[in-house]
Amino acid sequence: MENRPLEYDYSVAKLFMFTTIVLGIVGMLIGVILAFQLAFPSINLLLGEGLAEYTNFSRLRPLHTDAVIFGFTLSGVFATWYYIGQRVLKVSMAESGFLMFIGKLHFWLYVVGVAAVVVSLFMGITTSKEYAEFEWPIDIAIVIVWVLWGISVFGLIGIRRERSLYISIWYYIATFLGIAMLYLFNNMEVPTYFASGGIGAWYHSVSMYSGTNDALVQWWYGHNAVAFGFTVPIVAMIYYFLPKESGQAVYSYKLSLLSFWGLMFVYLWAGGHHLLFSTVPDWMQTMGSVFSVILILPSWGSAINMLLTMKGEWQQVASSPLIKFMVLASTFYMFSTLEGPIQAIKSVNALAHFTDWIVGHVHDGVLGWVGFMIMAALFHMAPRVFKRELYSKALMTTQFWIQTLGVVLYFTSMWIAGITQGMMWRAHDEFGNLAYSFIDTVTVLHPYYTIRAVGGLLYLIGFFMFAYNIYKTMSARPVEENELQSATPMAA
Amino acid sequence: MFHWLEKRPFFFAVAVFLTIAFAGLIEILPNFAQASRPTIGTAPYSTLELAGRHVYIKNSCNACHSQLIRPFKAETDRYGHYSLSGEYAYDRPFLWGSKRTGPDLMRVGNYRTTDWHENHMYDPAGVVPGSIMPAYKWMFTNIADVDTAYAEQLTIESVFNVPYNKPIPMKDGSTSTVALADSLEGAHASALEEAKLVAEDMKNQDVKDAVANGQIPEIVALIAYMNSLK
Ligand code: HEM
Ligand code: HEM
Repeated sequence: MENRPLEYDYSVAKLFMFTTIVLGIVGMLIGVILAFQLAFPSINLLLGEGLAEYTNFSRLRPLHTDAVIFGFTLSGVFATWYYIGQRVLKVSMAESGFLMFIGKLHFWLYVVGVAAVVVSLFMGITTSKEYAEFEWPIDIAIVIVWVLWGISVFGLIGIRRERSLYISIWYYIATFLGIAMLYLFNNMEVPTYFASGGIGAWYHSVSMYSGTNDALVQWWYGHNAVAFGFTVPIVAMIYYFLPKESGQAVYSYKLSLLSFWGLMFVYLWAGGHHLLFSTVPDWMQTMGSVFSVILILPSWGSAINMLLTMKGEWQQVASSPLIKFMVLASTFYMFSTLEGPIQAIKSVNALAHFTDWIVGHVHDGVLGWVGFMIMAALFHMAPRVFKRELYSKALMTTQFWIQTLGVVLYFTSMWIAGITQGMMWRAHDEFGNLAYSFIDTVTVLHPYYTIRAVGGLLYLIGFFMFAYNIYKTMSARPVEENELQSATPMAA
Repeated sequence: MFHWLEKRPFFFAVAVFLTIAFAGLIEILPNFAQASRPTIGTAPYSTLELAGRHVYIKNSCNACHSQLIRPFKAETDRYGHYSLSGEYAYDRPFLWGSKRTGPDLMRVGNYRTTDWHENHMYDPAGVVPGSIMPAYKWMFTNIADVDTAYAEQLTIESVFNVPYNKPIPMKDGSTSTVALADSLEGAHASALEEAKLVAEDMKNQDVKDAVANGQIPEIVALIAYMNSLK
């Protein structure tokens, strides 16, 4: 080991931190607009009758999901990779001009890709497949961005000093491979312009799969976009940041091992739970349902491993806002990985599918787990990357409580809305006729939609506080090297 | 073994890949040939219907409407016969949706009419008081993209052998054919013929004028598609 600490180079990490925040604001702002549109439809005319084509709910919805998944979350994954990777592999990006170049290229192509996505979705150019709405030219760009990231990951691993790969690295490798495989298969499509000898829109394509097969591939993808986008890389983050921030070693290596390989094996089977009672073969639905329940084990394995890492150090939760964020994130992870399997039980899914309960499940996962963890990661990184003290711990605590309240309002209202709607759809009167017309089941949701919108707004306000805190940190006067002992408000 | 893997990134990556690819191999591949056989009575989309389907996709109607009727009494009472796999044989992409903010549309052609759709798309809450669906007024002026629909028909006919211009068995034992024009002009002409039939039942004067002038507003294509959902 050398005596002099390595100087890590965070220039690419900084760039991705920036897009995490900007795209987070964009995506969540659109989310809040959507939520208000469902409660108050006149907001579809936000910018007037003339622009309604671009501001109505259905045109904006894919923009929300893609901005938060491929913008906010993915940027967060890349930012933390370019930070954690160097540190646990004990090698600096500055040591390789090649990797530095790839890293920057990765970022700039990513930005171009994001811009293309935004423009095309506003124009209504979409394949309609959830979380895979992009037409083939953008798909190609995404594949290139992904390959560049792969070169970064394996290139850095190739020149590492630390022989053994830390747990977080396992999860980043799995993220890379998982998404690569799924994305390629799900986006197999034939460009019609070329196949028809130059007729129609050049960017249009038609799916290689039809009907039931298309659905099968799409949800094999969709479910695992959740797995390899919202779970695996976020677990990578918490395995690094929680021990670092708390000064505690990971509770159990065996448990990490078990949860990792368990998660890899089980996750892919569970996609069938999106297609229960559909026209895909019964055995696949049953597999999806059964494996979803088994999935509790590896999921809780990681979460419990994290919570037990705090064993004997619980006073930190009270004293440190950053630890608060991470402990709440693991708690919400446990919560949504319990709720998910319950919804995957066939009789429960019969009620829950197509309702707002699913939307509630989505958001306790993404707001409570993904959002909190990414913000915590950036809070931890900011002082070290910018070599400044974190601007305000008090602001951080306030943000924590506002956002927690927001998440709670969001999922409780959606539970009630979902179960109410599911029950009303199936209710029959004493003569065996349907008890409610469809519109009855819509108007009854108004109060819950309103509460959800308020909850979402609180979360967004918290996100602005986060952005402000990071901005103030970044633009503050640099501090002396030795003052950095306590880079975050709590001693690191 | 795991310690060994953790020092060898290449083999580690291979092990991860095999573990995650396994499920896909077993679950997805075997089903492929079987599920794509069409049921009797299922026909490919005409040019105008397909253009309408593109309007549906362009506006992400599938964000709020499902096209999948599950086999429960409450659903068959409300929407009609539950869905069969073969009914989706010509759906590329599938449009099952994952959220029912509005009702299912799998068989909406059975119980709604052209003029109902016309009024509803222009002002949903005017037709269904309390509806939270946005109004889609721009569809009355935007022109449908017949070229791309025709290009897609040519593509699926040549690449996936979709049976255009071939007899398709119907439920009553007869056969019917869906014509595919042999030129772009022909495709426009046949789409316009179909559009005229739809516009006949509509009231909006601008739409009627456009169709009379040989243009097809998006709403006409969309309604043709809606009416085909049975
Ligand atoms: C053990 C783990 C989990 C299981 C078994 C599970 C199960 C489910 C089930 C049954 C559905 C509903 C499918 C339907 O009826 O439409 C669902 C939807 C969803 N879940 Fe999970 N879930 C789990 C964890 C998570 C986590 C941790 C997240 C996010 C952080 C998440 C995000 C989603 C999303 C985004 C959808 C909605 C997909 C859509 O309809 O577009 N899930 N999940
Ligand atoms: C300010 C916070 C947010 C608000 C107010 C919000 C609101 C919404 C709304 C209204 C919908 C449409 C639900 C429907 O169709 O009925 C939605 C869907 C969705 N949102 Fe969010 N959202 C927020 C943040 C996020 C974040 C941070 C993520 C992911 C990282 C996310 C991921 C999703 C996903 C995956 C869906 C699709 C769910 C499905 O298909 O079942 N949202 N959101």
